[in-house]
Amino acid sequence: MFGSAIIVFRESLEAALLIGIIAAATRGLTGRNLWLAIGIGAGLGGALVVAGLTETIAEMAEGAGQELFNAAILGIAVLMLGWHNIWMATHGREMAAQAKSMGHAVKSGQREMSALAILIALAVLREGSETALFLYGLAAGDGSSRVSMLSGGLLGLAAGIGAGWVLYSGLARIPLRHFFTVTSALILFLAAGMAGQMARLLIQGDLIRPLASPLWDSSSLLPMDSFLGNLLHIFAGYEARPSGMQVLFYALTFLVILFGMRWSRPRIPQAT
Amino acid sequence: MKALVLACLMFPLASLAADLEATLTIKDHQFTPSELKVPAGKKVKLLVSNLDSTPEEFESHELNREKLVAGNGKVTIYVGPLAPGKYPFYGEFHDKTARGVIVAE
Repeated sequence: MFGSAIIVFRESLEAALLIGIIAAATRGLTGRNLWLAIGIGAGLGGALVVAGLTETIAEMAEGAGQELFNAAILGIAVLMLGWHNIWMATHGREMAAQAKSMGHAVKSGQREMSALAILIALAVLREGSETALFLYGLAAGDGSSRVSMLSGGLLGLAAGIGAGWVLYSGLARIPLRHFFTVTSALILFLAAGMAGQMARLLIQGDLIRPLASPLWDSSSLLPMDSFLGNLLHIFAGYEARPSGMQVLFYALTFLVILFGMRWSRPRIPQAT
Repeated sequence: MKALVLACLMFPLASLAADLEATLTIKDHQFTPSELKVPAGKKVKLLVSNLDSTPEEFESHELNREKLVAGNGKVTIYVGPLAPGKYPFYGEFHDKTARGVIVAE
């Protein structure tokens, strides 16, 4: 029971944390909860479909279907997170500071929220399909341990959602002056980490070269299966043995989004 | 983003060289062989077939790889080129029994 709880917790954690961050970052946008619910619902539905199609997807593209599929999802997620950060650099401050600009912000805010709903749907779909497959495997298995394994799975899911909630309420407590800086930084690292994962998948499917592999090995300093290593992996894309290409994807994404944010920031003197 | 796309486009022909192949089988939540020898310094095409009806996830931090294998399914995972050494792997869904190691030499 404990084993299955941990597996489901790990699978659901990434999506739950992403939802927590996005929910916090979009505080104050009209219709946010509805869009979040739409994203999560669509993601869960999609997860079941993808779990059912696992075999078919795996066989596509000469065996690299799973990698291509997940890399595409990550690619879209990176684009949307990057766009969100750049959008927030333009609208975030004015939105939070002044009610008079709300008319404009609400209108473009709806487009922003619908894009983020897609992002959440994709994250739930990716992690959820693995969870669904694992739980299906348990349900299809025989033996009396089935009920305890399944309840363990539910426990893990609840813990994952709980972690997302804790992050959300923690972020919501940050004073407004620092709020956008914190959420933007989190999302920037998250997006770069996803780009790195995308590179790993494309290398695993032999679609791109690894370049140096590994570029470094910090597994004795900070192993991937340690608590801190795992946490840094989820939030900032930490890898103990990254290939050169992974680092390249990571760095390029990080810099492009960062420059996009700097460049689009409105040039009005900031009130201190 | 453009730079990313460009980086992808620059290496589409990475797989022209003939691949070395190695096979792993999952049965009763165990890998056979549990120790797989591969040449160091070469890219290896790892074929993993799952004879169980339940899904499994091939995972290895040392190899920096992670891939789902459906019940009664087959997948391909490219690993390496590897420096000489031992690279443990496991099945995440049954990590007590599904364990093995790739030895590059």
